[in-house]
Amino acid sequence: MHELSVAMSLVQIAEAAARKAGASQVTVVYLRVGALSAVVPDALRFSFDIVADGTILAGARLEIEELPVRVFCEYCVAEADLPNPQIFCCPTCQRPTGRMVQGRELDLVSLEVS
Amino acid sequence: MSDTPARLIDVRQHVLSKNDQLAQGLRQRFDRAGVRVINLLSSPGAGKTRLLEETLRRLGAHDRVAALVGDLATDNDARRLARSGAAVRQIETGGLCHLEANLVASHLEGWDLASFDFLFIENVGNLVCPTSYDLGEHARVVLMAVTEGEDKPLKYPGTFRWADLVLISKLDMAEAAEFDAAAARASIESVRPDATIIATSARTGAGMVEWLAWLKRLR
Repeated sequence: MHELSVAMSLVQIAEAAARKAGASQVTVVYLRVGALSAVVPDALRFSFDIVADGTILAGARLEIEELPVRVFCEYCVAEADLPNPQIFCCPTCQRPTGRMVQGRELDLVSLEVS
Repeated sequence: MSDTPARLIDVRQHVLSKNDQLAQGLRQRFDRAGVRVINLLSSPGAGKTRLLEETLRRLGAHDRVAALVGDLATDNDARRLARSGAAVRQIETGGLCHLEANLVASHLEGWDLASFDFLFIENVGNLVCPTSYDLGEHARVVLMAVTEGEDKPLKYPGTFRWADLVLISKLDMAEAAEFDAAAARASIESVRPDATIIATSARTGAGMVEWLAWLKRLR
């Protein structure tokens, strides 16, 4: 359960970005979270509300886009999403593949401010 | 709501970018000093400290070794490891479930990094949280004891996925635990098809030569 640490970093960088843009209130926080980011969206939401309290992010909505693990298969020469992040096999040809192109994201994409 | 119109600000930043930057700075410091740094991860009780004890003892015969040991509380592990003669420091996280780059940085103060060949960072026993935090290491080693169940990598794919090396530990207990080596390998390779795996026992010394040779290749 390190979502509280993650939420603290999130609020810190969001607050800095909002202030730099001259905003006084953040209303929505857009986040991208990969399936292998080791962060649980619900736990992050819970922690975020606590950490955001008393800052210009207080009451802001956390919009989380969850990203599946995507691999590049050198046999199919194509990218594909893994139905299960525990099995690194190309879902098309079933061959093992280690090349991950998406799934570890933990990115603050944008902020809606006023 | 205020009467200021709502607008969108583009940020596009990794949430842990501050840790990433600190870790990058640490890696540069380690490189300048010529010390290779290994981040050791496992669940609690997988045998990190025991393996490290044996590693420091053997490696210390020819190389200059040091260790930072992370735990929620107590300095028991640091005292245990210090018996090997290596430079050892405890990081008590006070409840934090993982190590972060700033904790590593603050515990390096006063150490001449150039006087070490290898620095081991024993992370807090936890297979989830430490994964997200780069500590400036050159290699990430994940331990998995024969007593833990062969499917551990499937339960914690996020951690095994990023292992540069998977060390199977407590091999001397394999028979008692009815450990299935082929099943364990299959689980590891399922999340990391090109994984390097070494089976070890700090007690009998099995696999220690291979493990030390792997470490030497980091230099």
